[in-house]
Amino acid sequence: MRVRVRFSKLGKVRFTSHRDVARMWERALRRIELPVAWSEGFSPRPRLHFGLALSTGHESEAEYLDLDLDEAAGLDVDLAALPARLTPALPVGIDVVAAAAIPPGTPSLQAVVTSCSWRIEVVGDDGRPTEAEVGAAAERVLATSEIVTTRTRKGQDVTDDIRPYVLAVTVAGPSTAGIELECELGTSPRGLRPAELVAALGDGWREGRVRRTHQWMQLDGARQEPLPVATPAPHAEARAS
Amino acid sequence: MRSADRGPGHPLVGAGGHCTYNPEPLADFVDFFVLGDGEEVVGEITDVVSAWKAAGGDDRTAVLRAAGTVAGVYVPSLYDVAYAGPEVAAVTPRYPSVAERVEKRTIADLAAWPYPKSQLVPLTEVVHDRLNVEVFRGCTRGCRFCQAGMITRPVRERPADQVRQMVADGLRRTGYDEVTLTSLSTADFSGIGDVVADVVGDPANCGQVSVSLPSLRVDAFTVGIATELQNARRTGLTFAPEAGSWRLRQVINKLIREEDLYGAVESAYSQGWRRMKLYFLTGLPTETDEDTLGIARLARHCVEIGRKYHKNPSVTVSVGGFVPKPFTPFQWFGQNTLAELTRKMHLLRDELRRDRGVQFKWHDPKATTVEGIVSRGDRRLGAVIEDVWRHGGTFQEWTEHFDLDLWLDALDRHAMTVEDLVYRHRTEEEVLPWDHLSAGLHKDFLWQDWRDALAEVGLEDCRWTPCYDCGACTGYGIEHVVASAVPPAGGSQGTGQDLARGGEVPVTLSPRPVPAGVG
Repeated sequence: MRVRVRFSKLGKVRFTSHRDVARMWERALRRIELPVAWSEGFSPRPRLHFGLALSTGHESEAEYLDLDLDEAAGLDVDLAALPARLTPALPVGIDVVAAAAIPPGTPSLQAVVTSCSWRIEVVGDDGRPTEAEVGAAAERVLATSEIVTTRTRKGQDVTDDIRPYVLAVTVAGPSTAGIELECELGTSPRGLRPAELVAALGDGWREGRVRRTHQWMQLDGARQEPLPVATPAPHAEARAS
Repeated sequence: MRSADRGPGHPLVGAGGHCTYNPEPLADFVDFFVLGDGEEVVGEITDVVSAWKAAGGDDRTAVLRAAGTVAGVYVPSLYDVAYAGPEVAAVTPRYPSVAERVEKRTIADLAAWPYPKSQLVPLTEVVHDRLNVEVFRGCTRGCRFCQAGMITRPVRERPADQVRQMVADGLRRTGYDEVTLTSLSTADFSGIGDVVADVVGDPANCGQVSVSLPSLRVDAFTVGIATELQNARRTGLTFAPEAGSWRLRQVINKLIREEDLYGAVESAYSQGWRRMKLYFLTGLPTETDEDTLGIARLARHCVEIGRKYHKNPSVTVSVGGFVPKPFTPFQWFGQNTLAELTRKMHLLRDELRRDRGVQFKWHDPKATTVEGIVSRGDRRLGAVIEDVWRHGGTFQEWTEHFDLDLWLDALDRHAMTVEDLVYRHRTEEEVLPWDHLSAGLHKDFLWQDWRDALAEVGLEDCRWTPCYDCGACTGYGIEHVVASAVPPAGGSQGTGQDLARGGEVPVTLSPRPVPAGVG
């Protein structure tokens, strides 16, 4: 049986890497003695399938993990109680907010997620930008049809147009150190990084705190979350700070 | 930064562990040091500090004087040091309440201390990222270069059932899937084979838990256990013969015969291992070039054994320069000079240059020289360490930041020399900077062992043979705690050797050791 789990990554734990988070999960699953299915072969691993990697330093309210339970013992697992069992076995800041069985044959998270919503703080190298400046820059980006940028990938310069990935940008208001944007950025065929968007907005601006708020997949033409949650992590922020 | 400059609002700085058996180089910076096992003393120190806090807690000298009366706690500011040239003349307590000699703390029985119960689990991947369960403390193989083996005596084994329980509980609490059974020589643990088999086979672990053993002994029995542990990724095995000839191995009391090493290597290659790593020391007392080149000979022979089983067997030879350590029989030995160590490394490098299958790695002799400075320095070294730091010498352990000149210049500015601190042989009469501290070992035992070393006399492991009266048991009224009455695999050193070629094993000490002639 395959189970999809949704969790947050908030506060100081944001400085752990994707790989370290994977290892935290393996330990947590062993600590609560969840009957996870194991891979075959010379060095068996628990069968976990992570979604899109989150950059080290970014927070998230919408991380996903698919895990395969042991065929026999997995049937006895009470999925409704799973979030409350898992959260205490995970580091502060990682809270499991939902868990549900997914039907066999469900495509992988990496394959179905097409965009993510982000809250991105824009901060300035010299002084904080104003709401109007950032708003104007956002409108300028949305108004252009092409934003050609060059980045280094595996030691080679790659030039491409990032405009198709910018699906929405609005100013949410001031934050402690800058101006916060609400954005939706595409993930396919490659994921647009928040820092790339901020660089396109204007010189001398950098990303500050960044938080992924949603991952989206398309289902029959409608935008939908891989696993919705009614109230996202009520106490997560208090625990994590 | 210096203890003397810290005031009421600053933390108390304490240190412990093996390195603090010569705490003098850090005496200016650290408020108190703890010698020996921490299990009991940490509670006593906490009591002293909380009583002091309850009484106001603003006079640092008061809490340090109180801490100085706790057995095993050394507060350097309570002692005056007098010097005589490069040597220490005397270390004297400043108050009558303070012990003239601080004895290490030793817990009699590990079984009473099943800790840690909740090992810290780092969120990021670190070295040794697994559960650690200590299966015994102490080692009496008696390798003369090894400080750990000298200062942690006697051998105290944890009961096998407690080991099993700690492994099971620890894995459940941490979520780790790997456990290391730690000690100075885990293959010596009584019934190690059963414990390993039980952990690997425990149904609660679903067969998903792997076990690793540090510090493998050089023999076929050990290889057998290692093979049992790693059914899958069978990559490399490490052995530490330490010296290139039997003569020199008798000097250092690492009593491994060539047959033992070749037997272990043959057994490993035949059971599917492909890479061997051999650890050696160079710059050992009485070492000749013949001994040094013996390292190359051993390595070559191991590769040849490997060729019987694999097309491209590989042997990595890793050589470190020897640094004499306090509380070992070699504490009187003058370390090889930088030039001499470099020459020996180059000798080996040139010798092994054309050998396919042998990779030669060596520890930078410059770093070894600085290790020598700190290993046996006295309190005056504090100013040198501060000087190095003030001139930008941070992260000196990192090869890319290490700078020998910083150290040499700093020594120069403080009128000290590497010759005095590192290269000089100490004499029997000399007051050593750590003579006011005690690891339980009688100084005349160490001196006798030093004489035996120079006479190329090997000593058997005392956990299964008569007592040499080193002082570690008798001085504290404790004993070895060893479940097995017989040594493993037929010999007291576990390697089945007879010591005939090394001469008789002396079981009594001459009351007055032979006068100094060496050094």
